[in-house]
This record gives sequence, C-alpha cells and structure tokens, in this order.
Amino acid sequence: MEEFFQLVFAGLALGARYALVALGFVVIYRATGVINFAQGGLVALGAYVAYQFAQEWGVPFALAVVLALAVTGLVGVLIERTMLRRMVGQPAFAVIMITIGVLFILEQAIPTVWGYGAQNLGDPWGIRTVDAGGLALAVRDLWTIGLAALALAGFFLFFRYSSLGLAMRATAFDQEAALAQGISARKIFALSWGIAGIVGALAGVTLASGAAAVDPSISFIALAAFPAMILGGMDSPPGAVIGGVIIGVTQTLTAGYQPDHAAWLGSNFHIVMPYVVMVLILLVRPYGLFGTPEVERI
Amino acid sequence: MRLRNLGMTTRYEHELRLLRSRPAQLGALALLVLYAATPMFLSDFWLSVLAYAGISAIGAIGLNLLTGYTGQVSLGHATFIGAGAYAAGYFGGDLGLPLPLWLLLAAVAGGLLGALVGPFALRLRGNYLVIITLGLVFVGEHVFSNWDGLTGGNAGRTIEAPVSLGFVDFDSLSGYTREQSWFWLIWALVAVAALLAKNIVRSRPGRAMQAVRDRDVAAEVIGVSLARYKVGAFVISSALAAVAGGLFGAYQQFVSPTDWSLFLSIQFIAIIIVGGLGTVFGAVLGALFVGSLPRLIEEYSGSIPGVSTGSGDEGFITVFALNQAIFGLLIVGFLVFEPRGLAALWLRLKAYFKGWPFSY
Repeated sequence: MEEFFQLVFAGLALGARYALVALGFVVIYRATGVINFAQGGLVALGAYVAYQFAQEWGVPFALAVVLALAVTGLVGVLIERTMLRRMVGQPAFAVIMITIGVLFILEQAIPTVWGYGAQNLGDPWGIRTVDAGGLALAVRDLWTIGLAALALAGFFLFFRYSSLGLAMRATAFDQEAALAQGISARKIFALSWGIAGIVGALAGVTLASGAAAVDPSISFIALAAFPAMILGGMDSPPGAVIGGVIIGVTQTLTAGYQPDHAAWLGSNFHIVMPYVVMVLILLVRPYGLFGTPEVERI
Repeated sequence: MRLRNLGMTTRYEHELRLLRSRPAQLGALALLVLYAATPMFLSDFWLSVLAYAGISAIGAIGLNLLTGYTGQVSLGHATFIGAGAYAAGYFGGDLGLPLPLWLLLAAVAGGLLGALVGPFALRLRGNYLVIITLGLVFVGEHVFSNWDGLTGGNAGRTIEAPVSLGFVDFDSLSGYTREQSWFWLIWALVAVAALLAKNIVRSRPGRAMQAVRDRDVAAEVIGVSLARYKVGAFVISSALAAVAGGLFGAYQQFVSPTDWSLFLSIQFIAIIIVGGLGTVFGAVLGALFVGSLPRLIEEYSGSIPGVSTGSGDEGFITVFALNQAIFGLLIVGFLVFEPRGLAALWLRLKAYFKGWPFSY
C-alpha cells in the first residue's frame, strides 16, 4: 500500500508539471483557437534562461526564475508579433504548422547558444525529501505542486475578476463582438502568448530542477502534455489541471505496476499510456471532459 | 482567336482530358526523356538523393490526397510508412515474395491500418484529429520497438526484399549501378502514384473529397457520404504511405523504429506545404525540394560562414542544427508568404504566358 501512495504522490507531482505545460496550451487555444506546438520550445527556453541567470550570472535563484519568466513571456509576445500575427484568418492547420516551424527553430537555437550537454540549474531544493507518515516526499515535488496550484489560482482570479481577463474571455467567445466593444484583439493575442511564455518557463524550471537537469530534450515533455490538455478539454484551464493529474497518476502507476502485472504490453509502456488514455476518452467524449462542444453552422 | 488556344475550357470532354494542350503533351514527353536520361549524367550520390526524394514523393502524394484534398490533417503518417516497411520486410524479405506482390501487400497492410484510424476522423475534427494522429505515432513507435519477431526491436532489422520484375532485376541491372536502376524503378512508381491520384481527384470521388474539405457539414447535406470519403481518403493515403515505406525499407535495406518518429510525419507535412496543398505535382515538387535541400547544405556547408562541419571545428551552429532550423524557417516562410507553395509559383508563371500579351 505504501508503494501505491508513493506512486500516487509521484504521479501528482508529474501531473502538476503536465498541468503547467497544458495551461500554456489552453491560454493560447482559448484566445486564438490554435494548438501551439511551440510550447515545448518555450518550456525549454524558460529553463535555460533561468540557468543562465542563476548559474552563469550568479543571480539569486528566486530572482533568476522571475527574470526567466519575464524573458520567456517577452519571447512569446515576439513570436506572436513576428509570425503568428500574419496568420490571422488562415485555416487552423496552417497556423498549427507555423507553430511547429517555430518549435524547430527554437529547438535548434537553444543548443546553438547553450550546447547539447546537460546543465545543473542550481536550485535550492536539490534532492532533499521530507518524511510524511512513511512516505518520502521530494521537496522539489512539493514545490512543483504548490506552484501549479498557485498558477491555477492566479489563472482563475485573472480570468474571473480582472478586466483584461474578461476581455480575453470575450475575444475567445466572439472576436467580432469583442472588437465592437473596443477590445483590441491584437493586444489580447500578444498577451496570451506572453502568458503562455510565462507558464511555459515556470513548467521548464520545475521540470529541470532537482535531480533532473536542463538539457534540450525537455521540450519533448510538451508532447506528453498534449493528452493532458485534450483530456480536460482544450479550452478549460481547470480541465488542463485535472487532465494533467489524471495523466500523471496513470503514468506513474503504469510505470510501477505494468512491468509485473501486464508484461506483455512491452517495456516502457508507461510512455505511451497517456495517449492510450486520451484515445479512449476522446472516443466517448469528443471534446474532452470539460471542453465546449462546437456548434456547426452552415 | 479560338478560346482553346488561350487555354480556356470549351467542352466537357476537354475538361476531362489528362493532358489538355499541346504544350502539356510536349512537357510530358520532355519529362519522359528526362526520366530515361537522368541516371546517365548524374553521380550515384545525387541519384540516391533523387531516389529518396521519389520515395517521399509517393508518400506525399498520398498525404496530399488526405490533407490537401480532403482536409483531414494526419500527423500519423510515420506509422503508416513504418508499417509498409515492415510489411515489405516480412512479405518480401522473410517470405521472399516477388516485387509486385510484396508492394501490393504493403499497400494492403497500410490501407487496413488507415481503415482503423479513419473512423476517428468522423468523430473528431480539426485540432482534436491532429492530436489523435499524433498519439498514433507514439503508439506506433511503441509497437514497432516491442514487436521483436517482426521488427527486430530497437536494434532494427534488415530488409532484403527482391526487386526483380520478370527478368529485370533492379538490384543489379547488368551494366548499371544499383542507384541507376533504383532511380528508374522508383520514379516509374512515382508516375503510377501520380496518375492514380490525378485520376481520383479529377473524377467524382475527388470532387466529393474537396467538398468535404471545404465544409464537411454542407457536403453531407448535399449527399456526400462523410463515412465513405473521409475513411476512403485515409485508406488510400495510408496505402500510398505504406508503399513509400516498403520502397524505403527495400532501398535502404535496414530499418529501425527510430526511423518512424514524429519528425518523419512533420517532414511529410512540410513537403506538401512547400510543394503546394491540393495539387498532385506540388507533392512531387515539394519532395524534390525538401529532399535535396539538406544534401545541398551538407555539400556546401564548408563555404557557408559560421557553420561547423566537424566536432572540433570553429563555428556557432552545426550542420544538423542549421538543417533543422532551415526546415522550420521553410515551413513558416512558405505558409506566411506563399501558402499555396511551389505549385502556385508554377501555376502563376503558366497563367502569365497563357494569356500573353494580355497577362495581368
């Protein structure tokens, strides 16, 4: 039983990371109706910028993270301004491919600047653990869960109570009507990319801290976060978090039990498990657990 | 002046004709001559580049039928291509069946897989379909690296499929190198695939597919069966992808599961974007362009400033990174500046001369 709870806790921490990545997808999807494949690039960039500040320039860790969030957010805005802005009104598929192109560029720009080797982020959490009723909880995991909860609360408050959040919701709901109310859709698009950069960087820092290290492959995590986003429904921030937790817990439980109990599924089955869960859920609910069904007009 | 001379269509029979004008017929003839003569004056290295491009062209023609004509985006084509390669390995390599048979069986294997995935397109559309097919790539990679008996696991397997047609053996055509004979084989198959695709798109199914692409609900209302054409497009498209995969395996003679990663799918999407969505010859142009560009960069990387060619070399970007970055820039650049791809450049040029001197 202890093993089970240990796995569930690890799954929660993993799920929190997925949720942070998925929140980045959701915020852009809500505002612009586009799946952003470049999110993985932003995640990696955020981790590397934090490393640059904390290790190369000796900035205190907390400040380095804040600076990394700001820089990555700016890069997000820049990407929107230079490339995505021109694609307004183009089919969704074309815009998705643009973000894939951006991902390729970011993925190569990062090792060109920082190299292919793994770097230590130098975070204060390290590999310390706290003992809680026989369970060894990693400090880094507790921080990750806390930060994800904080980010979600921030999202909720921002969208619910700020006028900018209201403007974003209005734009997502009906672009033309929002324009007629004097909301600048351009500003909203840029803002949503900025926010995506910020949560992406947060995800990057939590992914690369502790025993893990900063290396270019962390951009792949974004691909694993797709099922989390789809599962919850593409336009629902709470859905992203719940989807992330479901995927994270399923994945660690599969990793823990499948080699002993269902060995015929092959080694490393836990890597594809999120996709299997996603396919099964989409077959039953085509718009995810909390997504809004589209209404088709002819 | 007769309207036909201006390239205008005046009769239905004319509309249905494959090569509509005298220049088109002459062009086809010129292509035929080029096809026969190319292996004579190119080096084996460039012939092998062209062979890979031809293989990609077959797969891209298939993907274009699905994405360009029917509007269903698939990021899962890497899996169909892989399935084709392993089918070629099993039927051609292990069982030793002749070329037409293993190629056909590879197509059938791919088509069956497409028939399994196709129904998803009925329930999901747009972004959700993209992600589902993305999931397919990962599940496919997992299956390929665990089905040791067929795929050799992560270590990969050799594929020694016979490539003889009657008494003509394309692996060792007497007097010609392997690259020369493979060039003839592959590009003949590209022509067959292109003709097949062209015949599909200029007849009733093609029009139905385009109606589905433009507005699937409206298409259904006017009597186009979505189940039939969405699933049908998936089947044909994945069958062509599997043929490409089978040829890839037989030509390369060795494949491993890492060959069928998401990158391959993205590469195929890039090919049809660069070439031109919704045109058959665009897929071929795109395959030639995307296939030969990395080789050109590798060849001439020494003379591009700032590029390091070896590990100890000075330079701020490696050839690999440069290739990938240019690949990304190509996708972005074409979509932003020329969304209809290389095909549009050609069509514009043609329209310009067709109406000469009234070309505006």
